[in-house]
Amino acid sequence: MKEISVFDAIGPNMIGPSSSHTAGALKIALMARKLAGCQIAGVRFLLYGSFAKTYKGHGTDRALLGGILGFSTEDARIRDSFRFAREQGLDFAFELDTDNTELHPNTVDIFITCENGRTLSVRGVSTGGGNCRIEKIDGIAVDLTGDYTTLIIRQRDTSGVVAFITGCLSEYGINIAFMSLYRESRGETAYTVIETDGDIPKPLVEKIERHPEISGVRVVQIDGSGPQEGDAT
Amino acid sequence: MNFATGAALLALCEENKISISEAMLRRETTALGTGREDAVRRMAHSYAIMKKAAADSLSREIATVGGLIGGEALRVHTFSRQQKPVCGALMAKAVAYALGVPEINASMGLIVAAPTAGASGVIPGCFCAVQEEFGFSDETMADALFCAGAVGYLFMRNATVAGAEGGCQAEVGVASAMAAAAVTQLMGGAPAQSLHAAAVATANLLGLVCDPIAGLVETPCQPRNAVGASNALICAQMALSGVTFPVPFDEMVRALYRVGKSLPPSLRETAQGGCAATPTGCALCKKIFS
Repeated sequence: MKEISVFDAIGPNMIGPSSSHTAGALKIALMARKLAGCQIAGVRFLLYGSFAKTYKGHGTDRALLGGILGFSTEDARIRDSFRFAREQGLDFAFELDTDNTELHPNTVDIFITCENGRTLSVRGVSTGGGNCRIEKIDGIAVDLTGDYTTLIIRQRDTSGVVAFITGCLSEYGINIAFMSLYRESRGETAYTVIETDGDIPKPLVEKIERHPEISGVRVVQIDGSGPQEGDAT
Repeated sequence: MNFATGAALLALCEENKISISEAMLRRETTALGTGREDAVRRMAHSYAIMKKAAADSLSREIATVGGLIGGEALRVHTFSRQQKPVCGALMAKAVAYALGVPEINASMGLIVAAPTAGASGVIPGCFCAVQEEFGFSDETMADALFCAGAVGYLFMRNATVAGAEGGCQAEVGVASAMAAAAVTQLMGGAPAQSLHAAAVATANLLGLVCDPIAGLVETPCQPRNAVGASNALICAQMALSGVTFPVPFDEMVRALYRVGKSLPPSLRETAQGGCAATPTGCALCKKIFS
């Protein structure tokens, strides 16, 4: 568990009205954007539970779209995110599922289509106080919060890949705080999720990417306040 | 420097002859590795956001997303200029600002969740009113936010600040305790007096339920922010006068947590009890979501 900061108590700085239904929703979408790591052409949101019932009054829809556009939780443009999305030619749609009562009440599925045709699905849960958790990537159960700098590696489930990854991290002097491996089934697609204490240098990402059994590397860092790095586009 | 309880915080303050704010700032630099200047700069930014939200709320009639509230802060502000305020000038200002920031929040404006968005009016309400009345600098006010943050951190660490877990006492109640401690420090109170103020502020709002009409952060959240702010000022006044509360702060933190856990789910942010479940509350909910 990460130490609670004074800026967790006096903060986050956020566009209202709800830390869970506005700020937390935005963070899920922002993580999805970073996981996609591409120019996004279209996005579809499927809202469950409390999200589906009360999204209008909380601006959850505008916040989700704002996250896809790369806005931070402090960005006043969230209120007009529909307009900004249209101006950028981003295709978007919202769907509701009010029947599912098994999921956490603040759950959303995000389906992203990139300009290059690649697709990505992400399931996120807003856990309160502006915090969130990614529960699924492309249908594979994962657990990441974005509290730490997080390295997400998509790979084939085969021997030696994890050893290669940790070797690379060690070579660059990166300390691993938490590390988990998630997979569909033996020998299929797997994800390695590594949360680190320091920043991840770009050459390290490139080195990991070159491994033949690795098909994607993403770095996700969500800072609740201030502009998001690398989100100028 | 780190501490997990109010008692440990007080011991550190006494040992090092420092304020609660200074102890919290040192904790931030040592336990979280934030640079001192960076932390001070970030807090100044947070206070600037609070002040702007408070000021903006009095500049025009705010239209909120849900439409249950809007314009109340301006009304209180205008009336207190026309007629001598029944609760005094300082309190009237605190009430106006504490009503106003939730209006900014509910209109998708920028606020500081302190500790939550639902309770975002309490600290700015007290701080902006006290600053105007006593002429403190912005630096002094931002420094006092570290004291408020210390109290908030202790509730986050040892209890909860989520309405869904602890009811409104965990949001407005905690915000009120944070503000009470900080105002006590601002007015020259010792660290122990700040924690007396925080303990009694917690006790006064213990059991407050979370029952938002239509599930929106509007009613009754907004007027409760005014109550949280005025409660903080009352408790600071008592503590500064040397009035103590027999139950230590840490025990009140536990008490709030236990009370929160024993609240039925209908009174924990589900919009199924209290104000939300009244015939009028249900009718308003239907109207908004139809």
